[in-house]
Amino acid sequence: MILTNLESVPGKSISTHFGLVSGSTIRAKHIGRDFMAGFKNILGGELKGYTELLNESRQEAVKRMIAQANSLGANAIINIRFSTSSITQGAAELYVYGTAVSVS
Amino acid sequence: MFGYSTLAILLAIGFIFGTVAEKKHLKELREKENLLKGILLSTSKKHSFLKDSQHSTLVTGHVVVALDYFKRFVASIVNLIGGRVFSFESLVDRGRREAIIRMKEDAHRNGFNSIVNVRIETSNIGGSAGKKGGMGAIEVMAYGTAVKHS
Repeated sequence: MILTNLESVPGKSISTHFGLVSGSTIRAKHIGRDFMAGFKNILGGELKGYTELLNESRQEAVKRMIAQANSLGANAIINIRFSTSSITQGAAELYVYGTAVSVS
Repeated sequence: MFGYSTLAILLAIGFIFGTVAEKKHLKELREKENLLKGILLSTSKKHSFLKDSQHSTLVTGHVVVALDYFKRFVASIVNLIGGRVFSFESLVDRGRREAIIRMKEDAHRNGFNSIVNVRIETSNIGGSAGKKGGMGAIEVMAYGTAVKHS
């Protein structure tokens, strides 16, 4: 599966369009991580626990998008966009979407 | 009385550790930026070399950064008067640079030497800094398409 946020795949031509595919996850904070983040709250700087958490969740969302594209028979996803929104205090939604195509 | 002394201690801890951490982080950023300066970044989609490249992939870099207690306190005061919030400016700047570095590292690990159509997104995840329970934490994400070009 070729992933790109360009409108076409470099060096290849698009033969079929399959339309929009997307994946999303909503994750809440882990209590242990939240506790450590409370300390970091005083010291400032990078909150590693959250960086990891969001990273894992985003990979999960991408995985779901790829699964959807696979089921359509596509071999590439173009024009990928990410979006993050905080739904309530402590939970974030990570959404990724793109266009499934087949290229040759 | 107890409340004021706790506040003073937290402010002092935030100021000292926050400043040390910031200086260290800025130094690391400069070193890494220097190492990775061979990777070209572009926000444009159209490049003549794209036709010839056989491999391309999505690369991402993200980071969550938060203000320290002292800076958050300063920000809440500036919030009353208005004006430039210096403490936030440096935080957002550090976050963006770190996210871009991580994206470049991702491309470098996979043997690519340029990234096109770079997009940078910032979102607030920990609630606003002024509000109760708000952490003033932001997430910065950078993504783009890595390609190889000669």
